[in-house]
Amino acid sequence: MSDQGSFYQRDRSWHPPAFTPQYKTSILRSPQYPLLSLENTISELTGPVFGHDKLGPLDNDLIRNFAKTGDAIGQRIIVYGRVLDENARPVPGALVEFWQANAGGRYRHKKETYLAPLDPNFGGCGRVITDEEGRYWIRTIKPGAYPWPNGVNDWRPAHIHFSVFGHAFAQRLISQLYFEGDPMIWQCPIVSTIPDKQAIERLIAALDRENTLPMDALAYKFDIVLRGRRSTMFENRMEGN
Amino acid sequence: MVQKLDRLKETPSQTAGPYVHIGATPNWVEITGVWNEDLGLVLVAPETKGERIIVKGRIFDGSGTPLKDALVEIWQADAQGLYNSPQEKRGKADPHFTGWGRQPTDGTTGEYKFETIKPGRVPYKESRLMAPHITFWIVARGINIGLHTRMYFGDEEKANGECPVLARIEHKVRVPTLIASRSEENGMPTYTFDIHLQGEKETVFFDI
Repeated sequence: MSDQGSFYQRDRSWHPPAFTPQYKTSILRSPQYPLLSLENTISELTGPVFGHDKLGPLDNDLIRNFAKTGDAIGQRIIVYGRVLDENARPVPGALVEFWQANAGGRYRHKKETYLAPLDPNFGGCGRVITDEEGRYWIRTIKPGAYPWPNGVNDWRPAHIHFSVFGHAFAQRLISQLYFEGDPMIWQCPIVSTIPDKQAIERLIAALDRENTLPMDALAYKFDIVLRGRRSTMFENRMEGN
Repeated sequence: MVQKLDRLKETPSQTAGPYVHIGATPNWVEITGVWNEDLGLVLVAPETKGERIIVKGRIFDGSGTPLKDALVEIWQADAQGLYNSPQEKRGKADPHFTGWGRQPTDGTTGEYKFETIKPGRVPYKESRLMAPHITFWIVARGINIGLHTRMYFGDEEKANGECPVLARIEHKVRVPTLIASRSEENGMPTYTFDIHLQGEKETVFFDI
């Protein structure tokens, strides 16, 4: 018995639906026909692999990886955790990419127009590949909250975007990390696209005093869970699986 | 109390937002010097086996406007129909072809474009073959969870007619939304695959 079967069906009532009118951009960008349910084929059970050799030594250090004259400005933090699957097993070799605004809430992007200044020492991207136990860690600054054009006065809570490649294309996931204790989380039209409060809480990183670096950086713990696979008990293995 | 299943729930999705490029293709948004090259921009090396093709298109919202801030990922088999993945147990794929690509849609025209090779056929259940196809995954601002679809090839009529996945589509009128037309541009076979998020021509998206 091994995890060679298809992935557990995605719980679409746990994820945000496509059409969420409070988040206005979703109105014209949400498919209206039902999704076509497709049993996993080899096209979804496989996925690209990224070797540790693709990464440089500062890739997971957003405080330094773009720095020109000194460290990036802002509250220094470490974000660490594990990538697991729904069977609670670690996912080693997972590529996790991060991007975020700077401490003032400004993104380094040619289409960004917010008045908060750019930090010349902060690019805003990082990436890491999980180790044999599925662990990862990055160092960065806590991003600022910022206003965005949705309602006339909507604000995003401080957040870090992340993208995960597991072992199969069916596991592909992009989401956002929020911070414990932030009251802005519960006022956000994008957060509230997720219908279940427990699901939202899964996106809130926990402040971890025990793993802070004294006189240096706060620590936040954030585990990520990807889809898990069936065990192939009594099951004929699929061709090509 | 019954025994516990000890299973975790998947991390819920959130939109990739308008600045997904900072994380996915930083060089493309002029964040240079952090990493040498954006992952997934180049699929094909001189040694790669197979017919060179261009795959391009645009993604349209419900008003018919192309998305200029989307990110498109593709995943496909090599020319022999093998995936370059540890999960591929049928043989060894072309080592000069990763099968994975990632491109932003152009900030002015909304076009995405991949230079790749035409994939071989891969099996479905009971040794039946699927028609050659490229898996697509689309994220953008306003898309709350990544959209999975597939591109099939317009010049593979026979294979498309036999494909067990295309056969699953109840409303036959929607099958053409997955089939790219072939033309020639600058001497290269070019497949145009436009994706419609809504409307009469809404693309078939999959829950896989």
